[in-house]
Amino acid sequence: MSATDTDVGVALPKVRADYLPLLLPVALALAALPFIPFSTWVTLTIAGLAMGMMIFVMASGLTLIFGLMDVLNFGHGAFIAIGAYMATLVLVPLAGWMQADSVWLNLAAVLPAVALAVGVTGLLGLAFERIVIMPVYGQHLKQILITMGGMIVAEQILYVFFGPQQIPLPLPTSLRGSFMIGEAAIEKYRVVCVIVGLVVFLAMLAILNRTKIGLLIRAGVENTEMVEALGYRITRLFVGVFMAGSALAGLGGVMWGLYREQVNASMGGELLVLVFIVVIIGGLGSVTGCFIGALLVALATNYIGFLVPKLALVTDILLMVAVLLWRPRGLYPVTSR
Amino acid sequence: MNARIMPLSGDPPGSKVLTAVLAVVVLGLALAPFLFPGAKPLNVAAKICIFIALAASYDLLLGYTGVVSFAHTMFYGIGSYGVAIALYGLGARWDAVGLGLLVALPLAALLALVIGLFSLRVQTIFFAMITLAVASAFAVLASQLSWLTGGEDGRSFRVPDLLQPGTVFIPRDVLGVAVTGRTLTYYLVFVCCVLLFLLLLRIVNSPFGRVLQAIRENPFRAEALGYRTVVHRILANCIAAAVAAAVGALNALWLRYTGPDTSLSFAIMLDILLIVVIGGMGTLYGAVIGGTLYILAQNYLQTLMGTVSTAAGEVGIPILPQLFHPDRWLLWLGMLFILSVYFFPTGIVGKLRGSSG
Repeated sequence: MSATDTDVGVALPKVRADYLPLLLPVALALAALPFIPFSTWVTLTIAGLAMGMMIFVMASGLTLIFGLMDVLNFGHGAFIAIGAYMATLVLVPLAGWMQADSVWLNLAAVLPAVALAVGVTGLLGLAFERIVIMPVYGQHLKQILITMGGMIVAEQILYVFFGPQQIPLPLPTSLRGSFMIGEAAIEKYRVVCVIVGLVVFLAMLAILNRTKIGLLIRAGVENTEMVEALGYRITRLFVGVFMAGSALAGLGGVMWGLYREQVNASMGGELLVLVFIVVIIGGLGSVTGCFIGALLVALATNYIGFLVPKLALVTDILLMVAVLLWRPRGLYPVTSR
Repeated sequence: MNARIMPLSGDPPGSKVLTAVLAVVVLGLALAPFLFPGAKPLNVAAKICIFIALAASYDLLLGYTGVVSFAHTMFYGIGSYGVAIALYGLGARWDAVGLGLLVALPLAALLALVIGLFSLRVQTIFFAMITLAVASAFAVLASQLSWLTGGEDGRSFRVPDLLQPGTVFIPRDVLGVAVTGRTLTYYLVFVCCVLLFLLLLRIVNSPFGRVLQAIRENPFRAEALGYRTVVHRILANCIAAAVAAAVGALNALWLRYTGPDTSLSFAIMLDILLIVVIGGMGTLYGAVIGGTLYILAQNYLQTLMGTVSTAAGEVGIPILPQLFHPDRWLLWLGMLFILSVYFFPTGIVGKLRGSSG
């Protein structure tokens, strides 16, 4: 906003880095430390980090899509559920490989499952963007209604093809169990989740900040029309980001399904609420904010769940209210919209 | 103002077909205990009344103010639970009903105010997300606080003697239909819903309502004209919440039971959305048409779907039995919903008004 006078000789004012929100998860973890025995604290923190990473993977697509396209996809939850169901298509027939005590056989089952989930949700994202969302760009009210309708229909279609029962999705043998660091038990799968989440986060940051595509996406978030005026096809960018966002939702769905070791069609709606809270806390459109928001929500849920189980039900909402009181547009408000 | 349309606040249906349909609906509902005797038809009629008023209050938000809320069932549930908890705790007394209302209505309005203050300042999309989050947290809370709400089982309670089914005012042999406490409850529901509807009609046709519509059309211009958009939106939200709570209380009195499924579930939120969109956004008569059609379809078409499903199963066509299973009701409604948002944004009422002026 301050660079309205376009004097060529004057260097653009540097954007002031805002590190304060980054400290929040750390502060939260440290604040919880005095109340919880150390070994339990380690376990809870790792669990919180793992949960946070999973939520981040699911939420990052939503926030990116909103930031670039100004579309809030209430159907995002459906992609999460579809991803998880696609994984069951591979993992249930390959149950033998999953139970085998061999990392390679386990991987041979999990990797195709993830690939199928990501591929199908990505393609569905393409179809969804072209058919459902394209006619209502720029009309928030209709977008909310239509994507919500899409969510309902998708959930019902899952019921039609997979039935109303829960489908068990056991973890592969090599990811089962836990190991001890000192007195703290740490589940292996949670460590895997943290690694996957970190990889996704760093990859997203790298793509957004270091590549031309990322530059275009960030420019599109700032000003869509200007990007178009400079000769770039913004619609292609839209489609690509929407596919990527949906595929991330699918990946998150698989991770969540394996974490819960079961899949049911209503998981999409339930997770959507959590994802929304995270995105609101982080600031609509911000990937970093979304990351911090996810960690905050997950850590707080874990700590409070241990300290005051009754309060855990409303932790998310209280956290959201607290953050909004501090910064009414979320931690890192990206767009001026 | 023409005296004939005074109760309608100068906003008559505006088309002959629509007027006729509305007259049929209102007459049908007014005479329901005598025209359609029996427990199920009366239940359907009461549900239609309740959903018409509920959808009308939602239309104040969605159709007139142009904001999407997913917390409408929360306010509906607050009213329901308010009366239920009061009657359960204090026994079947009228002052318990009054106390329940006295707590529930301000609570709903206050909660709406707080949510509005938090989220309507920024943008409407924020409001949609936050209401969804708050409503789902509230639903979880209601099902967990068993000591207060009865948890998943909900609360069954006795209503005051006057409204009990056992209270007979006119025995069956006089009119052919027994007039009991149940009939009285029905008329209580009916009259209250009509009054609430007329109140809403008054509100949307007041200067305040005009400002809401101006905000819906162009918030910046409304702001530039000197209207505080935030204040108007928040006020509309509070009014809608209070009306929803009142309707919830009526629902509790009718069912003599309040539980998560009847008052807080997300399915009810979807029902309301569908009624408003299919009936027609931005016109309260849409709620009447949509509510009547929707509840009738829900109660009678769903059975038909079951028949189709079994028939297809016997013939041996794959997938079709699952597609038409009565539990997949929402699948078809969801599609209808999407299609009507695309192609009939003004809904049935818009079509009727458009075709014959």
